[in-house]
Amino acid sequence: MQKAKNLSEYNDELREALDNTFLRGAMDKFATAYPVGRANAFREYDVEALIQEVVKAKDAGLTRLDELYAEFKAKAEANGVKVHMAKDGDEANEIVARIAAENKCKIIVKSKSMTAEETLLNHRLEKDGLEVVETDLGEWIIQLRHEGPSHMVMPAIHLSRYQVAELFSQVTRHDQSSDIQRLVKVARRELRQKYADADMGVSGANFAIAETGTIGLMTNEGNARLVTTLPRVHVAIAGIDKLCGTLDDALKILRVVPKNATGQAITSYVTWISGANECQTAPGGKKEMHIIFLDNGRSEMAKDPLFAQVLRCVRCGACANVCPVYRMVGGHQMGHIYIGAIGLILTYFFHGKDKAKNLVQNCINCQACKHICAAGIDLPLLIKEIHARILDEDGHPLPSMLLGKLLKNRKLFHAFLRTAKMAQRPLTGGTQYIRHLPHIFSKDHGFKALPAIAAKPFRDRFAALKPTVSAPKYRIALFSGCVQDFVYPEQLEAAVKVLAAHNVAVDFPMDQSCCGLPLQMMGEKKAGVDVAKQNIAAMSGDYDYIITLCASCASHLKHNYPFLLGENDAEAKAFADKVMPFSAFMTDVLGVTADGFKQTHERATLHAPCHLCRGMGVVEQPRQLLALGGYDYAQAEQEQVCCGFGGTYSAKFPGISEQILKNKLTDAGRTGAEVLVTECPGCIMQLRGGAEVNKSGFAVRHIAEVLADHLK
Amino acid sequence: MGPTPEVLEKFRKKAEIVSAIVSEVDSMAQAIAYTVDLCAQKEACQLLMSGCEETLSDKGKDLCELKEWGKIIAAPALNDTDMAELVKQAASRDISVIKDGMRSHLAGVDIGFTVADYGIGETGSLVIDSSSEELRLSTMVSEIHVAVIPKSRIRATAEDMYAELKGFMSQKPNYLAFVTGASRTADIERVLALGVHGPLELHILILEDK
Repeated sequence: MQKAKNLSEYNDELREALDNTFLRGAMDKFATAYPVGRANAFREYDVEALIQEVVKAKDAGLTRLDELYAEFKAKAEANGVKVHMAKDGDEANEIVARIAAENKCKIIVKSKSMTAEETLLNHRLEKDGLEVVETDLGEWIIQLRHEGPSHMVMPAIHLSRYQVAELFSQVTRHDQSSDIQRLVKVARRELRQKYADADMGVSGANFAIAETGTIGLMTNEGNARLVTTLPRVHVAIAGIDKLCGTLDDALKILRVVPKNATGQAITSYVTWISGANECQTAPGGKKEMHIIFLDNGRSEMAKDPLFAQVLRCVRCGACANVCPVYRMVGGHQMGHIYIGAIGLILTYFFHGKDKAKNLVQNCINCQACKHICAAGIDLPLLIKEIHARILDEDGHPLPSMLLGKLLKNRKLFHAFLRTAKMAQRPLTGGTQYIRHLPHIFSKDHGFKALPAIAAKPFRDRFAALKPTVSAPKYRIALFSGCVQDFVYPEQLEAAVKVLAAHNVAVDFPMDQSCCGLPLQMMGEKKAGVDVAKQNIAAMSGDYDYIITLCASCASHLKHNYPFLLGENDAEAKAFADKVMPFSAFMTDVLGVTADGFKQTHERATLHAPCHLCRGMGVVEQPRQLLALGGYDYAQAEQEQVCCGFGGTYSAKFPGISEQILKNKLTDAGRTGAEVLVTECPGCIMQLRGGAEVNKSGFAVRHIAEVLADHLK
Repeated sequence: MGPTPEVLEKFRKKAEIVSAIVSEVDSMAQAIAYTVDLCAQKEACQLLMSGCEETLSDKGKDLCELKEWGKIIAAPALNDTDMAELVKQAASRDISVIKDGMRSHLAGVDIGFTVADYGIGETGSLVIDSSSEELRLSTMVSEIHVAVIPKSRIRATAEDMYAELKGFMSQKPNYLAFVTGASRTADIERVLALGVHGPLELHILILEDK
């Protein structure tokens, strides 16, 4: 639940979560176990194809929700079920309360429903003096603790067995041991009594199949089976997005969700209820059954060309499982009621701007969620879009607005960087790092040494070092991005050397500026569009490829420019088609061989930048290139997990950035490598600065540099 | 037409991965003998397995005491011949057999004995038409669920029984269950525990029915 009023209060809460050692340990274990389990579950399948099936099934339904609802209602009502539509959470809660009153219910057992969490149903029912008992073990635990879930599938993942034992001791008024198997049995017995006493069962629904009026429920514990069987009244509550046309659609989703959620082939139980079934304790021996469909903004969302995809979400929770920020702080800080990347988005739509405004800034944009999503939702893009919308509604904060104005004007921006170089002199002590941070920054930002701005940017050096290549194989334009141009010009110099040695003519168009990704991260979308147009014009010469050494620039230029300028912008598309990361160009286009490089077999490990491995799908090329370049590549654990930089993210959330970085450095150190190689100046800034403060004992270098070192 | 050896093998493997105990039997009489044996070999009071040994709140305890001492096999949907056989075999081991009245046994019965409608090879799942409340409860509140699956009814995927599944769902009304392994949770520290709200064990007997 989000209570923080501003970013500073939110950061205080984050700090508290970061200091929770149990939570951190639990999250670390989960983060390393989950990918293994998931890969195992999907081993015999083409995951991408399965996900596309889900996308197709969901999208087909979303375009005709009204129709599906009408069909479902007709089928279910012909089968003795009363079907309701609630326009918002309050209305849904009132319907449940009314059903309870009309049927004189006193005790309600519930199986897990995120939709009922969304409407805060329990609070409403308790107001009427009803006893509401959650029966999913995790949900029961957090209900007893008066907390919200910290994960959509494992709601009590933030709690230890000792906390549960203490809680169960209070509930049973007897001391309980902390043995997990025994605690589970205590819950079994205590809750069995509740099922027996209850007169109403409330469940969610994972599927609502229109053609037969069937609801489908996935559970592992089997609680939903008892909830839908024992009490004489059953109320199912589901978002209208759970409607699907056919059983076939449902089976496709069922094939993906458990595997993606927990690495299970299927949940222990899948329950398909078609109509009001036999119930011996109900009048007439037949269940009083109701299904409430909740709209709460969904039908509007379904019409939105960009945000309709949100409704594809099947609530598997995977976007949290792979989120480096979630791993650090857990779900209470990474969501309001819905958790993880999808939680940041749904919070805005279901629970409003105030609950979402801090949350949406806490996305490091590493793309891990997008690549794990069971329904192919472009989560990071939507989070940035919401951030931009909130800024448009609330007004842009001064620093963000200034950044927008500054970056739109290349000359002004570059003049600013040159001035900053002079201003930093007292701080660097003559080294390449800023040795002394101004006091106001030093408290939270001391975990990495910040690099100094270079004495002479690359753009001022290029004329002198531009090599002459006669009869070149390719003509390329180098897109530098601001960090390499002004902070790490030596990386570009190294690349020019390596490219020229392989018979490639290199040009550096002078009118290029920042790629604009920082603007998107800050929610300054309009300025981002202007910058994109400027760069496309600047790079419009006769080049075979546009090569960049910065993964973030590469992915922004290639994928976001066409999005920002509209899919029909031919110029943007032609530009994007030419963009290629350095390592992919070297291996896939040039086809370099080991002959050109000294083979020293120095041990090197890699950090895969988010925007390279996921953003550009470039995974194998840097590994191959290292080996061709004469290095022994040693793979680090979690090679593809974010370094914690995220551009402006690390400035906004230094505590989280620091912890993510620490994990990264530890993993790299364990390989025994002499050098940690990567392909993004932002990652280098983070990793090198961290390795310096941490005294990690290995160098951090760009792949172009380590190749240039080995040129024969 | 029965399943291919690959489908059968996969069904068994997938079920065993999720802790189901899979055996093959040649006849219903053998399946019944297996079930009666299993029940006889259980601890005298299997309530111990499912929580009554824990110190509970007074309310929770009441329910435990409701359970009759003595072993019970619930077999609500068995045909008359098989039922007679089960009663005969069970009686010789001092085990009671019930076919209804499950609501008076919510604290649990020792074994729920059912015949499944279909088996899904892809996931090792049983498809059980649970529209009868007695049958449904017997698969939910039993400590051990023993399900017989005629071999010919095991198919590769759920799509391979699509018409049959839709047939169930088109009944007025219908309650259909896919059951895969025992009831499980990992809600405390992600540690696996079997038998939360449903059976602690699932035994699958593949019945030769050529």
